[in-house]
Formats: sequence, structure tokens, C-alpha cells
Amino acid sequence: MTNLSVDLPGLKLKNPVMPASGCFGFGREYSEFYDLSQLGAIIMKAATGEERYGNNTPRVAETASGMLNAIGLQNPGVEKIIANEVPFLAGYEVPIIANVAGRTTEEYVKIASTFYKTKAVNAFELNISCPNVKKGGIQFGTDPDMAADVTAKVKAASNLPVYVKLSPNVSDITAVAKAVEQAGADGLSMINTLTGMQMDLSGRRPLLANQTGGLSGQAIKPIAIRMIYEVKQHVSIPIIGMGGISAAEDVLEFLLAGASAVAIGTANFQNPYVCLEIIGELPHVLQKYGFDSVSAAIGRGHYAA
Amino acid sequence: MMKRVEMTVASVREIGRDTFEMILQNAYIACNAKPGQFLHLLVDSRTLRRPISIASINQENDAVTILFKITGNGTKWLSACQPGVTLDAIGPAGNGFSYDEATMETALLIGGGIGIPPLYGLGKELSKKGIHIKTILGFQSKEYVFYEGMFQEFGKTYVVTNDGSYGNQGFVTSVLDQVGNFDRYFSCGPIPMLKAVTNKLSDHQGSISLEARMGCGVGACFACVIPTDSEGGYRKICSDGPVFAADEVML
Repeated sequence: MTNLSVDLPGLKLKNPVMPASGCFGFGREYSEFYDLSQLGAIIMKAATGEERYGNNTPRVAETASGMLNAIGLQNPGVEKIIANEVPFLAGYEVPIIANVAGRTTEEYVKIASTFYKTKAVNAFELNISCPNVKKGGIQFGTDPDMAADVTAKVKAASNLPVYVKLSPNVSDITAVAKAVEQAGADGLSMINTLTGMQMDLSGRRPLLANQTGGLSGQAIKPIAIRMIYEVKQHVSIPIIGMGGISAAEDVLEFLLAGASAVAIGTANFQNPYVCLEIIGELPHVLQKYGFDSVSAAIGRGHYAA
Repeated sequence: MMKRVEMTVASVREIGRDTFEMILQNAYIACNAKPGQFLHLLVDSRTLRRPISIASINQENDAVTILFKITGNGTKWLSACQPGVTLDAIGPAGNGFSYDEATMETALLIGGGIGIPPLYGLGKELSKKGIHIKTILGFQSKEYVFYEGMFQEFGKTYVVTNDGSYGNQGFVTSVLDQVGNFDRYFSCGPIPMLKAVTNKLSDHQGSISLEARMGCGVGACFACVIPTDSEGGYRKICSDGPVFAADEVML
């Protein structure tokens, strides 16, 4: 038997596969396709302090082997998420990770405290890397000092583990990774989307109403692998890896680069069963490449490991 | 309930400029689809599926018909699929047309361009129920005209082209005052057309079907939302729609 389980701070995962924030809503839609208890964990769509409508449409555009999105963190706000969405997910045997996104440090802290008080979730993913909002988001993720500050304050607001979601839109991602580790982050999640743009030829303007959007999908996988590989050499906290995963072989690639678990985003749109299919395939792929557990593969792509 | 299924291409033919009619076979979809719903089709292993409305349903042959216009590489690939090829589809997706047949003697169908297809399936259904149908079809120009004869089987059909190369010249709204009385209208087409139609028919009950660039197509990603009022309300076109009451959303 191949052992797929992974223990991360605050999270006992039966397998390392979870849907990525923003690509899975709050689980309801995909629960029509399969039993969510089969997932390793669920990362919810970002929660903000108050309800947000998000950007104008069009919000998505297809690209070569990927897509651009500029949703703009549309969500009903933390209170309604706790009241209406978390109870639904709590009906499944699956750890819940809340993605937290604020315009200010105070908003991040408020959201985290609200979740913590209700004991509704198992961990936080600190979203300091959303490229599609004017205030907050990526502003925090591109400056190591700001990233460390918001991490420390959210850590102080609860006893729950905090995974900081890093932006690839920086020149030195290890600097941000090290800063948030020092500030008390329990783990990292990486990478968020890369900022991009597509032109509408007949409209003679950017296709997305927000002009820029976040590039995701298979096109960004090599960037994610490279960044995880680099960061792994400089931090000792675990990494949840994401960026273009669409097959079990991709998961092994992320594990070898240094991720301890993975999240799958864009691929859910192409195949609503992708998380489930990858969980099913993963034992065979691990065996094929000489591993009898997920843990055995983590970081094994490093010469020093 | 929506499922992911394999559909077999039974036929493909060009019925107007860049406009294709494709018959797809799958018993589950044919049994469960309603007029106004759509298929979310995987094309050429691309990242995003293409949402394409169901034009008609033929339960006896386990088949549904879709119509699409070539607007990019995905739809171009689709148009080249030969009979026998299987396509990966999620469907039947979204909510179809709903109406109270007891209060409807006459229905007006108003379609623009590639928004016309879902109205054909609806027309077939209404016609079977004995509801009187009038239709207005709008196209860019003569080469794009399709399904005129098929709508004529339901009742009086007005064709309008923007350049006047066929039928009346103008927009679908140009002939609205010629159609006489009707109890309810159903419309699908580009947003500017739907805006004009809903404004002009604000004293009538109506349903509109919207198209959008979609991500997941199942309601999870919030890519295809449309506002409902100025208070931040919204609907998801893929899962709350694509059919809405005419006064439900802000176009």
C-alpha cells in the first residue's frame, strides 16, 4: 500500500491533494460531481472582511496552455461565509483552510479572528498575492517587511496555523519566503498567478475589463517548480505547491521540488473530476518512480536531500 | 443533474456563414436537457471549455443539436470534427426557459445571430403545447441567415438584417410594432440587442438568455457574473442562468 497521508502543521491530510482557492468556490458545485471527503483538504475561496462584488466582466480569457483571470476576490464576506458556507463543508470529513484577503493589516486580522472565534476552520492561507485588486493583496506580498508584518499580526490573532500564499510577481521570492518564516508562518503556499494581459483585436483594448489578470494553468508550472525548488533551499517550513498541476506526474514533480502537498486550480475547470482522478493515479505514479509514500518523495529532487 | 459525458458527433454542416449545426448523441443529455440549457464542451484539450447552447432535443434518437459560430480556434476546431468523433461535455448545464403556460396564448421569440439557437428548441416545445408563436430573427446580413424556414413552421416569422440585404433592414426592435399582440416574450442575442428589447418591451413579461465568457461553467469560479442592482447583488450566468427574467439582471 502506498501511503498518501501527509501531516502538516494543523492539518492531517489523508492525501496531499486539495483544490486551490478561488477555483472551487466553497465546494458546493463540485460536491455534485463527487464526495468531497475524498480530498486531502479544501482551500476555500478568499474571504474578505465585507462582501465584495469584484471586477467588471469579462473576467477570464484563455491563453496558450492556460488562462487569465481577474475575478477581484468576489465573495460574500467572512460573516456570511461562516454562516452559510462553512457548515456545508463541515459535513464532510475534510480539513478546511480559509483563504484570508484584506485591504489592510487590520482587515486580515479581523477576518482571521472571526474565523478563529467560531472554530470553523483548521488553518489559514494568508492571501498576500492576489494580483487583481487595487488595494491589499499583492501589495503585501511583494515587500518582505510588509509580508512579515501581516504574517506576525495574523499569527498573533489565533492559534491556527498560517500558510502564507506567495506571489511569483517578485524578483526574489526567497526574500519574502524567509521573511514570513521568521515572522512565524507555519507554512507557505506557492505560487499565486502571474500578472498578464491579452489584447482584444477587434476591440483594440485589453480583453479583460480589469485590463490585467492572473495567468494560471499548465503554462506556469515550470515557474512554480523553479520557485518552490529555490525556496525549499532557504526555509524549513512546509510548502503547499500549486501552479499548473493537471496530472499525478505533476504532483510528483512538485513533491520532488520540495512541496509537501499540492493544490489544483485551473485544471478543475477543464475536468471537474481532476482532483479525484489525480488522487486515484498518485499511488501508481509514486510506485513507478520508486516511492512507497508521499513523504518519501518530498524534496527528493534536491541533490542535497 | 449535470454530468460529464462523452457525446458522439452524428453530423456537422455549415448552415450560414461561419455558422455550424452539429448533432451530438448521448442518451443522458437527450433525456435530461431542456430548452435554454447549454453544453460545456471541451475543445482540442484547451484550458477552458466552450459553453454552447442546446438548439433542439431529439429524445427518440438520443440526440441534441447545437449551433455555433466560428469566433476563434476552439470553435474552428469544433467545426472540423467529423461524424463518429467523441466530445467531452458537461451538461445539461444551467437553467432553461421557464414559463406559466396557462397564462400564455401567444409567445414572441426574438433572436439575434448566434443567440437564435436556444429559441428554436423553446419554439418546438411551446408549439407542441399549442401555444401560438411569432418570431423575429436578426442577422448581420443575408449570408448569415439560418433556420428561417424552421421558425416559419411555428408561425409568422420576421427576418431583419442590419444591412438590409435580406428581409427588413434594421434591428430586431425595428419590427416590434408590426408583430401585434403577445403575452410573453423570450429573447437571446448580443447584450446591446437584449438591452434594446427589454427597454422597448418593459411593459411585457419576458425571459432573456445571456451568453458570457465562462470559466468553470458550474458556478464555482465567479467569472460570468452579472449585476442585479446597485447594491452589489449578482447572478452567475452559468448556474443561476443563462435564462433570466427580463427585469432580474442589469444589462
